[in-house]
Amino acid sequence: MSEPPASARLYRAGGFILLAAALIVLPHLLSFSQKEILVFLTINILLVSSYRLLTLTGEWSLAHAVIMGIGAYGSALSAKQLGLPVPLSMLMGAGAAGLIAFLLSFPLLRMKGFYFLIGSFAAGEIIRLVWKWSELTWLFGGPKGIKLIPPFPDIEFLSIDFYDPAHYYYLCLIVVTISLIILCRIERSRVGLTFHAIHWQDKLAESVGVNTFRYRMMAFVISAFFAGLAGALYAQYVGTVNPNRFGVEEMVYILIWAIVGGTATFYGPILGVVALTVLNEVVLRALGVDQMRPMLYGAILIVSILFLPNGLESVVPKIKGWLAGRRDRRAAAKRGAKTEQPAQ
Amino acid sequence: MTAELLLQTVVNATYAASYMALIAVGLVLIFGVMGVINFAHGELYMAGAYTVVALYAGLGIPFFAAVAAGLVFVGLLGLVMEYGLFRPLRDNPLGGLIASIGFLLILQTIAVLGFGIRMRHVPPPTQETIVFLDGVVLTYQRLYVIVAAVVLLSALWLFLRKSKFGWALRACAQDREAAALQGISINQTARLAMFIGAALAGVAGALTAPLVAPAPFMGHAVIITAFIIIIVGGIGSLGGAVLAAILYAFVHTFVTTIYDGTLANIVGLLLMLIVLIVRPTGLFGAKERV
Repeated sequence: MSEPPASARLYRAGGFILLAAALIVLPHLLSFSQKEILVFLTINILLVSSYRLLTLTGEWSLAHAVIMGIGAYGSALSAKQLGLPVPLSMLMGAGAAGLIAFLLSFPLLRMKGFYFLIGSFAAGEIIRLVWKWSELTWLFGGPKGIKLIPPFPDIEFLSIDFYDPAHYYYLCLIVVTISLIILCRIERSRVGLTFHAIHWQDKLAESVGVNTFRYRMMAFVISAFFAGLAGALYAQYVGTVNPNRFGVEEMVYILIWAIVGGTATFYGPILGVVALTVLNEVVLRALGVDQMRPMLYGAILIVSILFLPNGLESVVPKIKGWLAGRRDRRAAAKRGAKTEQPAQ
Repeated sequence: MTAELLLQTVVNATYAASYMALIAVGLVLIFGVMGVINFAHGELYMAGAYTVVALYAGLGIPFFAAVAAGLVFVGLLGLVMEYGLFRPLRDNPLGGLIASIGFLLILQTIAVLGFGIRMRHVPPPTQETIVFLDGVVLTYQRLYVIVAAVVLLSALWLFLRKSKFGWALRACAQDREAAALQGISINQTARLAMFIGAALAGVAGALTAPLVAPAPFMGHAVIITAFIIIIVGGIGSLGGAVLAAILYAFVHTFVTTIYDGTLANIVGLLLMLIVLIVRPTGLFGAKERV
């Protein structure tokens, strides 16, 4: 790949600085409940980006919400039952999600396509049933889940109080940004390119010596680790987890975000989750149609799969092209005016 | 386990197998012909149950008329899905699946808005029961379900084997392009499969409405069960779906009776995972698939 010209790099750096500044200022412009939504949005960005890493290998899992839940349960249990410090227990939660994904990959990755889809769905439901199981209530709390999870410790001397959503948002922002950079680096690395190869030409990849099972497992485990981290961030903020929070509904939302945004680019799913959260919280809340929300979501899903099969991300190059075209036309018009005059 | 309890469990399992077979066969038919997994199938079942809630419990129309209305109504819902979702997405099986998830959310919301989020109790049309061997009870309501399953599935089998449309349908399920080359209309066949598949789920929902207390989210448990059955039976195999429904219903009912319901669900899902690992084509499925 050739280096982009210096001016383009400058624009890009400037864009990132502007974005970072906007993200830092953002919570100060919002109300308390909007700040809370911002926290969840940040967590969901990590969730849906980790999901995308798995889709790079061509597999669509229906267990991702449950894997996020493993991170949440793992973090909650480590903090509450084992009494570990919260930052460590969050890593424990993410690690637990990765470990379970590692174990699940042996049966699940023997399958592909629909079979993987339904197999992962079944595996996720089994885990959810184990959480609900009355025999294990002493550990997982049954259908009511775990309450009173110790919160993230406050940093007294900086007067940072993580009960305040703005402060927790900054914590999430740091964790999510680092995670996204790692995810992005993985995708651009040799490993990420191998994921692409497995998606489009798995037989060919195998024939040149790629161990497809190992790479698919790697994608599954890494994506589970970051989904678990998202779950841990969620659990330590909300302070309670229960099996229904990580059910089919949540999985449907992850799918909708990814599909509406598109999964061909890194920013596609992020675009999807941001656009739909803004739509959900700003437009639908203003309309006051709480009960109709799932229906509108369903309609959005259908409309986007019918008319925008490549997601919102496919609109971005079009807008860019349109802007560039306008600039070109304007430049051409100027040049045309100059060159045409002498001809007359 | 006493002999009565054993027999009673067999009776219960037979009932469960009947309505599960109706649902799973519809799902398999749709997958076989159109290549799409219909995630909204549980919600079609729910729509059938709510037709009975509205017409029989609400307006006082005779029970079997309400069931017939449920059959037609849910069949038409199936046609709506075929025209609106699956036909434009015919070359995109994942797209069809995702569109059906969208449709599922819409149906659920309609049920919540129209009937409230709580369970509705439908008084059974008859309270009479058959008692045999002093203590083994089979209510008439459950007998209706068993009879309906046997009659409808036999009729479907005859239709697929003997009629021209049935042949066309099976041809499409085997190889869509080859069928089209023989002059079979893919659209017509897909319409037919979608109507029959949806209507079977609707009948199952309508007949079981007095037994299960319809709720807007009842489809969830149903679709999980149906997935287990079609995987165990082999996706695309109608006979396999019926046999797997019987197998699953017996395993599930016996584990529920002896231990508890949650463990039964876990065992059912494990059964499916084991089948997926050991024989990904299902116990009775064709060998050619993945």
